[in-house]
Amino acid sequence: MRLCSIALSLILGFCLSARAAETPKRGGILTYMIAADGGPSLDGHKETTFAVLHATAPFYSTLVRVNPDNPSSTTDFVCDLCTEMPAPTDGGLTYTFKILKGVKFHDGSPLDAHDVAVSWRRIVSPPPGVTSARQNSYLMVDKIEDPDDETVIFRLKFPTLSFMPALADPWAFIYSRRVLEKDQHFYERNIMGSGPFKFDSYEIGQSIRGVRNPDYYHAGQPYLDGFHGIFAPKQQTRVDAIRADRAALEFRGESPPARDLLVKELGDKITVQESDWNCGNVFTPNHMRKPFDDVRVRRALFMAVDEWNGAKALSKIAIVRTVGGIVFPGSEFAATKDELITMPGFGTDIEKSRAEARRLLKEAGAEGLSFEMLNRNVDQPYIIVGTWLVDEFRKIGVNVTQKIVPTGPWLESMRAADFSVAMEANCQMVVNPIADTGRYLPHAIYSENFAYHDDPKQVEIYNKMVRETDPAKARVLMRDYERQVIDIGAHQLPTLWFYRIVPMRSYVKGWKISTSHYLNQNLANIWLDQ
Amino acid sequence: MYQYILKRVLLTIPTLVGAAALVFLLMRLIPGDICLVRLGGGGASFDPKALAACHAEIGVDRPMIVQFLEFMWGAARLDFGTSMWSGKPVITEIAARLPISLEIAILATVVAVSIAIPLGTISALKQNSWLDVLVRVFAIGGIATPSFWIGIVSILLVLDISGAITGRPWMPPIDYVPLWKDPIRNLSMVLLPALTVGYRYAAVSMRMTRSAMLEVMQEDYIRTARAKGLVNKLIINRHALKNALLPIVTLIGIEFAFLIGGLVVTEQVFNLNGVGRLFVQAVQNQDYTLTQALVMLTVAVFVFTNLAVDLLYGWLDPRIRFN
Amino acid sequence: MSTTVADPDAIDLRPPLLSRALRFCRRQPLGTFGLALVLLIAITGIFAEELAPYNPTANDFAAMTEAPSLDHWLGTDQFGRDLLSRIIYGARTALIVGLSSAFVGGSLGLVLGVGSAYFGGMIDMIMQRVFDIVMAFPLIILALAIVSIFGTGVQNVIIAITIPLIPRCARVVRSAALVIREVPYVDAARACGFGAPRIILRHMVPNVMAPFLIMVTAFVGQAILAEASLSYLGLGVQEPVPAWGLMLQGGAEEYASTAPWIAIFPGVAIMLSVLGINLFGDALRDTLDPKLRDR
Repeated sequence: MRLCSIALSLILGFCLSARAAETPKRGGILTYMIAADGGPSLDGHKETTFAVLHATAPFYSTLVRVNPDNPSSTTDFVCDLCTEMPAPTDGGLTYTFKILKGVKFHDGSPLDAHDVAVSWRRIVSPPPGVTSARQNSYLMVDKIEDPDDETVIFRLKFPTLSFMPALADPWAFIYSRRVLEKDQHFYERNIMGSGPFKFDSYEIGQSIRGVRNPDYYHAGQPYLDGFHGIFAPKQQTRVDAIRADRAALEFRGESPPARDLLVKELGDKITVQESDWNCGNVFTPNHMRKPFDDVRVRRALFMAVDEWNGAKALSKIAIVRTVGGIVFPGSEFAATKDELITMPGFGTDIEKSRAEARRLLKEAGAEGLSFEMLNRNVDQPYIIVGTWLVDEFRKIGVNVTQKIVPTGPWLESMRAADFSVAMEANCQMVVNPIADTGRYLPHAIYSENFAYHDDPKQVEIYNKMVRETDPAKARVLMRDYERQVIDIGAHQLPTLWFYRIVPMRSYVKGWKISTSHYLNQNLANIWLDQ
Repeated sequence: MYQYILKRVLLTIPTLVGAAALVFLLMRLIPGDICLVRLGGGGASFDPKALAACHAEIGVDRPMIVQFLEFMWGAARLDFGTSMWSGKPVITEIAARLPISLEIAILATVVAVSIAIPLGTISALKQNSWLDVLVRVFAIGGIATPSFWIGIVSILLVLDISGAITGRPWMPPIDYVPLWKDPIRNLSMVLLPALTVGYRYAAVSMRMTRSAMLEVMQEDYIRTARAKGLVNKLIINRHALKNALLPIVTLIGIEFAFLIGGLVVTEQVFNLNGVGRLFVQAVQNQDYTLTQALVMLTVAVFVFTNLAVDLLYGWLDPRIRFN
Repeated sequence: MSTTVADPDAIDLRPPLLSRALRFCRRQPLGTFGLALVLLIAITGIFAEELAPYNPTANDFAAMTEAPSLDHWLGTDQFGRDLLSRIIYGARTALIVGLSSAFVGGSLGLVLGVGSAYFGGMIDMIMQRVFDIVMAFPLIILALAIVSIFGTGVQNVIIAITIPLIPRCARVVRSAALVIREVPYVDAARACGFGAPRIILRHMVPNVMAPFLIMVTAFVGQAILAEASLSYLGLGVQEPVPAWGLMLQGGAEEYASTAPWIAIFPGVAIMLSVLGINLFGDALRDTLDPKLRDR
């Protein structure tokens, strides 16, 4: 019965979104929840917590973005402030953008190519005292030129397939250069953009409000009169609030039991959109600690894990679902099932794998191994996945306890290499397979990889892949790279990929789910059917 | 009497100083780094230069003793600096959240006192009757059940019952409006949490009232009053209750001081933007300045509430008042 | 609460232990009921291996969130783990946490309280301030510090819970001990040249036993509740260890509407334990306090 309701709502959801012919109604205030406490500052260039993005994205414009009508595509990028998507010239080294005319900031001042260039320079090479959190994604950018009021030119150091997805970064807000000239830190405390909504009020730790920008350059939008974003870190509060219609939805994602409850209680008053999520947990042994420096021990641990059956069971209780390798499962660069099952952790005969695992452990002299796994104190899905893994390891005679700590000590322990095995997080935004898989590179190259391993072959394959401009050849290199990480080197094991489930009140229309909770959050195309 | 007051007031100073030193030390013993959480909490990579810049910005790269002296000097002037997480003044962060926490604390106290004293007295007067047993079970329920569990269950009950009766499930509002702007909305948000916190508070006070009354009713002067033929009601109000009030007031005061601890969990359950929730955030973010200020606030509330109780005690107890 | 001073060198005219116990049962039916509950939980905890039908940490994905049935008397949780087994093993965790915290906290409180009362003066004043600081200090910070530095685990939770209990006990013990300090025979003992340890142990400690015992029984209940709150905030015992407080966190809230047994049974377990402890403690206090004894 429950399955029927879920199927029904999913079909309903797809049908409703497919009916693009439906005319959006104007008016109304969207009340939504933000599944976290308020972030530190309001500066999109500086911050990384999604709470800041969900609160501020409606106020700003970006140069290019993921297509709001097709946000789950990994290749469909469209213009926000530019006139058309350029083809790269000079053998892929130059991207020339023309900026829309007549765009205004909320304070009335005009927005032109110079504002775009200044904002992007702030992101790519921030002035002293300014933090750009995603600076590392733009190492390929050499220069940004703004020869006149309408043109912005990006010159790259080398051609690469990972530039355009990086450019579509949802955090790349375009700020006013006049404001920045006076105060580089203005945007940390204040909001003044050119986006579909104007700033109304911000109550610390409580909520943020915006009102329609009547001069928005995308004609007809936004449909909403305004929005009201309320910070609500507890899941139970959010579920209750949707039930009682205190808020219409929360954009990040809820757990399967929460969805089941809402569907059961609200029937057709609830629409559910679901999508694979460009996030996952990575099981990471510390190569600097015995016996995890032995590839046999690491491989044995990977082989004990039954990802396929784990996915089936955990997808009912946690925000995980899809089995995949190191590449986001929906991308062309992802491994097919046939390519996966040859690697440890992804085999289909689990008894055979576990027997082999035991044999490997014995050979390595690590029988009866016992260790502590470092994990983050977030229930969904870190602790649930961790609890599942503990039981998987128990089945090969390995005794594991979890050391669950808050985010600060978790990060600190990993940076200090003070752990045996850790559950790492791997969350990316726009699907950019080549850039995203850079996180598996050795620590010396990618400082946020805490496996602390060395693998020159892996680095060699990656460097070739980054500079490869033929997608077919790049995919072959990706398979080699993946095999090096999971199988040959047995460095890290990607566990289940996250799954986004967004239940919303059925009167909310226009919003489409995507592969990342950072994307498509400016609310311009949302309307209320009330 | 004045000596009593002065002594009590002076004794609060070492307590406050000691608490400040303890929280300063404790926070810095916890491994982790607020800048790390801020930049790396999402799981994506970040620039190591950004980390260094963040450290410099919040001042943790200075020697420990400098930070400590700055904190102590600031605390003495009631200037707790800026929050390391948001960069806003600590006072602003706390002031934004104080109203709702205060409202709940006061409402809970009102609820507790107005239930506890009458019920506790009746229970004592009719000891071992069915009324007494009922009251005692009610009281023990409040003490034995985790308050957050009561909170969770109460929200669900309200949702389910309102849904069943009216067809539209009702839940308290999730965003705060001050009392003067919209009293009904404000009270509907605050009522359930206040009752949850107040239940335990009432339970403890009820038990103390009952046992204090029982003890007092044993006293010789009560027996004398009865022998004299005084009306029972008069005996209770004029003699018994007044004398029993001493330990009851002491307990209510002490329990109020512990309320802030109770608020932490309650505000999580009901999603209230109060001081308790700020506390949890500050601690988990490892925001030293904000946590230090909040701990000092908690300790100050505790210390001054105890002081007030001590002074009240001194005034009520004629042995001390007249030295 | 007042205390009478008993001279430990007097002849013991009280009736033998067994008949005193039976009289307690007759006079304090609620207290006896409480004691029975406590003993039930103790036995459950001690004999957990024999009593529990399943392994409390074994996931069973074929049986997730099942309602109570003949296979699983109290149902299963979201991992398919048998709830009855987890509650039985949880009793052991509760016992360990409760008894350890209460015993260690109480003993240290006893020593510090009596010592502070005996030595008086500057030492007493300093100790009082230390007690104040620790009592005023929020438990969550203490718990977070301990968890972050030493990691999670039952022993660290015990440390976190014990620390606030020490000054509470010390305070009560101290005020009881202060009464005795001025009694003539203590002065006489001192004049005779008896050392501090002998005076403390033979004279002061026995007379603070009554309030001390009552405090310690109350502590066991408070420790169990504290573990529940800390687990709720994520700072207590960690998955997959079975502990009642932990079972009320996370999954329980999510499934409160669809699988209420996950939240109800651990909550009931906590309530019954703390209820039993409190009833017993009440009865104990009524018995040991001579003023209320003959009512």
